[in-house]
Amino acid sequence: MSVSAPDIPAKPKRGFRLDLKTVGPLLALALLVLLGISLNENFLSYNNLTNVLARSSFIGIIAIGATFVITAGGLDLSVGSMAAVIAGVMIMVMNWLIPTMGIGWGVVIAGMATGILLGGVAGVFNGTMITRGRIEAFIVTLGTMGIFRSLVTFLADGGTLSLNFQVADVYRPVYYAGLLGVPWPIIVFALVAIGGEVVMRYTAFGRYCAAIGSNEQVARYSSINVDNVRLMTYILQGVLVGVAVLLYVPRLGSASSTTGVLWELEAIAGVIIGGTTLKGGYGRIWGTVVGVVILGLIGNILNLQSLISPYLNGAFQGVIIILAVLLQRGRKNA
Amino acid sequence: MSSAEGTTAPAVLSANRISKSFGEIPVLFSIDFDIKPGEVHAIIGENGAGKSTLIKILSGIEQPTSGSITYDGETVTLPPDGKAEAMGIVLIHQELNLAEHLTASESIFLGRELKRFGFLDLGAMRSKAAELMDTLHVRVDPDDRIGTLSVADKQMVEIAKAISRDARVLIMDEPTAVLSVSETQTLFEQIRRLTARGVAVIFISHKLDEIMELADRVTVLRDGQLIATVGTESLTPDSIAQMMVGRELSNLYPPKHEPDVDAPVVLGVRNLTAKGVKDISFDLKRGEILGFAGLIGSGRTAVAEAIVGLSHRTGGDITLDGKPVNFTQVAQSVDAGLAYMTKDRKGKGLLLNMGLRPNLTLLTLNKHIKAGFLDSSSEERALERAVRRFDIRARDASVAVGRLSGGNQQKLMLGKTMESEPDIIIMDEPTRGIDVGTKQQIYHIIAALAAEGKSIILISSEMQEVIGLSHRVVVMREGRLTGVLEGAEITEAEIMRYAAGIKSGNDERISA
Repeated sequence: MSVSAPDIPAKPKRGFRLDLKTVGPLLALALLVLLGISLNENFLSYNNLTNVLARSSFIGIIAIGATFVITAGGLDLSVGSMAAVIAGVMIMVMNWLIPTMGIGWGVVIAGMATGILLGGVAGVFNGTMITRGRIEAFIVTLGTMGIFRSLVTFLADGGTLSLNFQVADVYRPVYYAGLLGVPWPIIVFALVAIGGEVVMRYTAFGRYCAAIGSNEQVARYSSINVDNVRLMTYILQGVLVGVAVLLYVPRLGSASSTTGVLWELEAIAGVIIGGTTLKGGYGRIWGTVVGVVILGLIGNILNLQSLISPYLNGAFQGVIIILAVLLQRGRKNA
Repeated sequence: MSSAEGTTAPAVLSANRISKSFGEIPVLFSIDFDIKPGEVHAIIGENGAGKSTLIKILSGIEQPTSGSITYDGETVTLPPDGKAEAMGIVLIHQELNLAEHLTASESIFLGRELKRFGFLDLGAMRSKAAELMDTLHVRVDPDDRIGTLSVADKQMVEIAKAISRDARVLIMDEPTAVLSVSETQTLFEQIRRLTARGVAVIFISHKLDEIMELADRVTVLRDGQLIATVGTESLTPDSIAQMMVGRELSNLYPPKHEPDVDAPVVLGVRNLTAKGVKDISFDLKRGEILGFAGLIGSGRTAVAEAIVGLSHRTGGDITLDGKPVNFTQVAQSVDAGLAYMTKDRKGKGLLLNMGLRPNLTLLTLNKHIKAGFLDSSSEERALERAVRRFDIRARDASVAVGRLSGGNQQKLMLGKTMESEPDIIIMDEPTRGIDVGTKQQIYHIIAALAAEGKSIILISSEMQEVIGLSHRVVVMREGRLTGVLEGAEITEAEIMRYAAGIKSGNDERISA
C-alpha cells in the first residue's frame, strides 16, 4: 500500500501547547505562592500553610470524588447539602449513643461509620436515579441538593445541632492533631489523592470513566457496563463526602443549615481548574488537588493583605474558574 | 448522462495552478480544475488524496497557498465561512449541515428569512419552500422537522436550500455515501434536473459505478497531484481505479475458499424478533462469510444488535455451537466469542479524543490487568501487534484517533474487535467511506479470517462487496428476511429483486 496519505497535518508548536496544558495549573499555583510570599512574610510559615491545606482538605476530598463523577460525564450538585445532612445525623447518632456506649472513642468511631455509610447510601440514591431512572444528573442532584439541605434544617429544627462537649473533646484531635506535625485532614487528603490518582490512571475503572464521559455509546458498544460504572462514581463521591465530613465535624462540633453551603461549586471549580473537562472524557486527580489548593490560597492571600477586601474572595475565585475554562477552550481550538 | 453544453462553453468556475500547504505539509500541488455550466464533474481519489481540500478551496472555506480562482471569467478571492454561497457557489457537506429541530422551511430560509414589517413572514416562506419541493419532486412538507426526515430527504432539503440561493455551482462531498440504491437514483435525477437548468455540479464519490453513470468528466487526484481530467466516455471503472491507486487492481476481492459442506453450524438464529426485526432465521457455518444485503434501514444492523445483546430481543432463539444463549449484555457475547463491529465508527466505535492504545484495548481491558492494575506494557505490545497485523498508520500512537484517516480508523476498530479473539465476527459496513486501497486490505483480512476458520457475517450496502466476498447472501427488507442466495444466484440483479420486494423466498412466512 503506497498510500502514505498526509494525515491531518501536524499543527506547529503542538508540543509547547501540550506542555502548557499540563503545566498550566502548576504555573498558576507557583504564581500564587510567589504573590503570597511577596505580600506577607507569614505566608510561608508552617502554621499558615498547614492551616490553608487543612481547610482545603474537606473540599479537596469531595473534589476528588467529583473528578470521577465529572470524568464519567456526570455531575453531583448535592455534595454540599449531603455533607451538611451527614454532619447533622452523625452528631445526633453520637449524642444518642452516649447513654449506651459512654463517652469515648467507641461513640466517635460509630459516628464516623455512620457518616461513611450515609454518604454511600446517598450516592446509591443519586446514582440509581440517574442510571436506572434515566434522569439527567443535573436534575437528580439538584433535587437531592434541596432535599438534603431541607433535611438538615428540619433535623436541627432551624437551629444548630451540637455534639456533646465531652465527645467533642475526644473527637477534636481528628481535626487538630496529626502525625509528625501534619494535621490528620491533610494526611487523609493526601492519601485519598494518591489513591484517586492510582485508580484513575492505573485501573480499568478509571479508564472506563474516561471512556463513558468521552462517548457513552462507544463505551456501551465496547462491552462496558455503563450504568454500573456510573453508579460506582456516585457511590464513591458519596463515600468521600462522608470521609470529608468525619474530618469536618471535630472542627466545630456542630452542624446547621449553613454547613457546607456552596461546597459543591467549590469542588466543581477545583476539578475544572485542575484541567478535567466539564463535559467528561478526561480527568486528572492531581490537577484537582492543585485546583483546590489554588482556591484555598486565593482566600488565604486575601486575608493576609489589606489592599483588597477579603469579601472579594468569591469574585477572584470566579475569575480563576472562567480563565481556566477559557484556556482549555483555547487549547482545543487553536 | 446529462448533456454538457459542449466543450466549448466557457468554464463558470476554475482553479488555476492551485497549491495548498498546511504548515509545512503540502497537500495539493499545482492543480488545474474547471467546471462548465450544466456539467457534472466528479473528483475522485483515495483518502488523503486532497479531494476535500480542493473542494474547500473551490467553495472559499480554505484559501489556496498559491494559484488563483476564476469565477465567471474574473479572478476572485472567494470569501471564507461559506459566504461564497451568496455568489452562487454552494457546498453541501457530507455530514449535512441542518439543525435537527428546525422545520424544512425554516432550514431553507435560515439566515435570510423573508420578512414583512420587520416580522418573519412564515406564510410566504412556507409556500416558497413548498414550491421548491414541488419543482424538485420531493415529498417533504415544509413543516416537517428535519430530525424526522430520512437522510435522503435531508439531502433534498439541502439541495432545495442551495437552489433557493440561486446556486450556479453546487459542490457535493460524497452525497451517496449514506444513501441506498433507490435513494441514490432519486438524487441523480435531481442532479440531472439541475444540470439541465445550467447548474454546474461538482461531486466527490468513492463509488466508481456512480461516477460512470452520472459524471461528464472525472478528475483523478492522488497524493495531492492531479493525475488526469478525462471525459467519462473514455473511461472504465477499472481504468479510474488504476489511476487512483497507481497500480493494477486485479485482485480487489481475494479468491473465495468455500467452507466445507459439512462444516458445523456455529451460530443458529431462529425466529428472531426485536425492534425493527421480524421473525429472522438463518444459520452461519464455520469458516463461512455470510453476506447481509438490503436497503438502508432494512433491519440488518438491528439483527446484529439483537444477537449480541445490544438491543432487547422480544422473541426467538439463538444457539452458539448448538447451545442456546441469551445475551443481555455485550460483555456476555464477547466472552462467548461473538463480536460485533459497528458501522458507526465515529459515534459508537472509537473514542475520537483518545489515542490508539486506549481505543484498541477498551473492549478487552480485562486482558491487560495485573494484580488489579492496568499493565500498560501489555497494552503497548497489543498495539504493536495490531499495528503490524492491520497496517494501521499514525504519526504516533498518542495522536487522537479522530485525526486519523477513515481507513486507519477502520483498521484500528478491526484491531480492537479482533483483540477479543472472536470465533464469530459481525462486521457492519466494514469499508464505509474509506479508499479503495484500504478496502482491498480489509477484504483480504476478511477472507483470511474465514480461511482460518472464523465465521463472518458481513453487513454491507455495497453490493459489489457482498457479492465479491460472501459464500451465501441473506437479503433483508423492512425487518424481514426475504431470501438466501447461494453460488451463481449471487448477482446484483437477484439481490435487488429480493431487497426491493419484487421477489421473496419466504412467502409463506411473510403471509403468516
